[in-house]
Amino acid sequence: MSQKETLTGAEALIRSLEKEQVDVMFGLPGGCILPAYDPLLKSSIRHILVRHEQGAGHMAEGYAHVTGRPGVAMVTSGPAATNMVTPLCDAYMDSIPLVVITGQVPTTAIGTDAFQECDTVGITRSVTKHNELVMRAEDIPMAIRQAFHVATTGRPGPVLIDVPKDVLQNSMTWNWPSDDEVIDSLPGYKPTTKGHPRMIKEAAKLILAAQRPILYLGGGVLKARAAEIVRELAELTQIPVVTTLMARGAFPDDHPLCLGMPGMHGNATAITAMQKSDLLIALGSRFDDRVTGKVSGFAQEAKIIHVDIDPAEQGKVRRPDVPIVGDCRLVVEELVKAIKDLLNGGDTQADVGPWRSRLSGWREQFPLAYDAMEPGGALKPQFCLEKLRDGAPDGTIVASGVGQHQMWTSQYWNFTEPYTWVNSGGLGTMGFAVPAAIGAKVGRPDRTVWAVDGDGCFQMTAQELITATTENIPVKIAILNNSSLGMVRQWQEMFYGERYSEVNLGGGVPDYVKWAEAMGCVGIRVEAEEEVENAIDKANSINDRSVVVEFRVEQMEKVFPMVPAGAGNDDLLIQPSQNSRREFLR
Amino acid sequence: MNPVNPNNPYGDSPQHHILSVLVQNRPGVLARVAGLFARRGYNIFSLAVAPTEDPDFSRITIVVNVESTPLEQVVKQLFKLIEVVRITELDPRKSVERELMMCTVRAVGDVRGQILELVNVFEGKILAVGTDSLTLSLDGSPDKLDDCEELLRSYGIIEIQRTGRVALPKLDREARSRATKGKAN
Repeated sequence: MSQKETLTGAEALIRSLEKEQVDVMFGLPGGCILPAYDPLLKSSIRHILVRHEQGAGHMAEGYAHVTGRPGVAMVTSGPAATNMVTPLCDAYMDSIPLVVITGQVPTTAIGTDAFQECDTVGITRSVTKHNELVMRAEDIPMAIRQAFHVATTGRPGPVLIDVPKDVLQNSMTWNWPSDDEVIDSLPGYKPTTKGHPRMIKEAAKLILAAQRPILYLGGGVLKARAAEIVRELAELTQIPVVTTLMARGAFPDDHPLCLGMPGMHGNATAITAMQKSDLLIALGSRFDDRVTGKVSGFAQEAKIIHVDIDPAEQGKVRRPDVPIVGDCRLVVEELVKAIKDLLNGGDTQADVGPWRSRLSGWREQFPLAYDAMEPGGALKPQFCLEKLRDGAPDGTIVASGVGQHQMWTSQYWNFTEPYTWVNSGGLGTMGFAVPAAIGAKVGRPDRTVWAVDGDGCFQMTAQELITATTENIPVKIAILNNSSLGMVRQWQEMFYGERYSEVNLGGGVPDYVKWAEAMGCVGIRVEAEEEVENAIDKANSINDRSVVVEFRVEQMEKVFPMVPAGAGNDDLLIQPSQNSRREFLR
Repeated sequence: MNPVNPNNPYGDSPQHHILSVLVQNRPGVLARVAGLFARRGYNIFSLAVAPTEDPDFSRITIVVNVESTPLEQVVKQLFKLIEVVRITELDPRKSVERELMMCTVRAVGDVRGQILELVNVFEGKILAVGTDSLTLSLDGSPDKLDDCEELLRSYGIIEIQRTGRVALPKLDREARSRATKGKAN
């Protein structure tokens, strides 16, 4: 045994993060976390200084999205901790592994309404997978080990560790708990990863018997690194695949079995395929209301196989016929084996040919569509996205904010690779795109990162482009500027009798080119169709700094198809120009 | 609060379930459990918590009013809390339940004797005697407490406090004999 080493709590914190192989963290110092920023000077960890704590959280999320490794953020107490609430909730909803360190007032001051004190663990309890207030310096290594263990295993999620200032300053004897000690310290935490063999066999039988099966992939496929084995399952059984908003990229869009995105703004084929299916094989998906529409009207004839690592998802919305709790990759591996065994044993699969040709018919009749641009009229956002997609270098990662631009990006981008799509699904956090794109670029510096943003979203977090400039993290931002809160405007047009209330962001400000330049980025404004490609080419050729391209797009454009909130998926509104052939969609 | 029959708050409603939740005995764990019920929209009827035979763990006995489908969700969500180690739903027919009640009741003149008799019948205790009121305590099964409470009501209850129930599973025959042997050793 080496001699016992005495460290401060702050030194122990930074060493613990190093030992957890943290290479980068996002943060902003302040009073109570100050002691931790001192040993950071000598650390191997790269710290990225953000302009707002929310940015640190979303950057950590973007980093985690593309690398699969936990994102780490460190901020101070009080207002910094409350600014972190949105990213924590975002990560909780989308099952993103995060470890967030917050400073806290000294233990002697807790509960006295001290300067910059807030009840951080109380406030964040319902938006974290777990959180902990560490009251003794010697407990720091265990708290950090537990945080990484909990954040990254089972259903991933955010974990917050709150550390009072005096705990950071106090001395402790360095200790590093073993894996067994970590597991023993969490007797209530034992995620199930292996699926039940009998359930898997039952699922295999249902799959072979189904005539209209659909593989319904959710974000869990990506979290479990299961894309490859899921593809094997699809190809083995020739079962068509839908990829939810959180699963875009989990199955290649250009694959003949891929139907694309279902849900409120999914394409007509993907939505209707689920509706008419006789077997939904839900993999790491959670029957979110944006996918099911009115639950009572959702896929009424379908049996359900539900694979999810979180037992609470089984039966939360729709009771499965075959529930399988487990890690998506491990379960699907076993499922593929079970199906092969049945086939080798003489079982045969029902003919899915008629089902596939019915789906092909819909795809032909109901492609994504938008009305052509009027000569000299405003740009169509969908057109800009098609050009962005076609011009993007191979392997480009695309992030988005929340709203119309997000739906168009998900619809029009061609995802061929997992972990190339970064967005805020569950929480729907406007302003996610810019910081998330920066975090993604930090995680994958070898890739081009585009953020597609709306003008409303961009104004919420644009300041992080200063971080991008000073930290030399070049990203590309495409603002689809429709001078309004577009999705809200669409709802007011369609469901509130065109009574537009507080959705207009126009009035000529801000000047996005000047704003971009002020933040050290290249700013480009695009107003005419013929400028679009040149602007995109120019943006793609600049790699030494960030680029902001503002596309002035048609304000009145709406996202189609659309399932109105509260309606059943059978009542989807398709692109108006396709209404005449609506009857074929059955 | 869900509507509850005031005369028989524990009733035999099919919505009534007893959860025995074993948790790590750590700061904030009760807030976590209570917060989860609030956030998911479930109503706690009563709650009792204390350390177990192992001081590292506490047992929380929660009486909750839900139908069985949402109950399954409650239990699953509860189990997701890192500090929750085990959850057992106790079937009232297969468990022993106890509760403590303290009650101050108006007791002037002749009535005083009647109340004392009632307390005697229920095997309660008189804790304090005032000029025009009595404070009594009573422990036992929640049903027994309900009955006593109802009878006391006619005298005029000034203040009442019940602890909420604690419960453990009944020992089956085999377990009973095991327990006896254990003691013998």
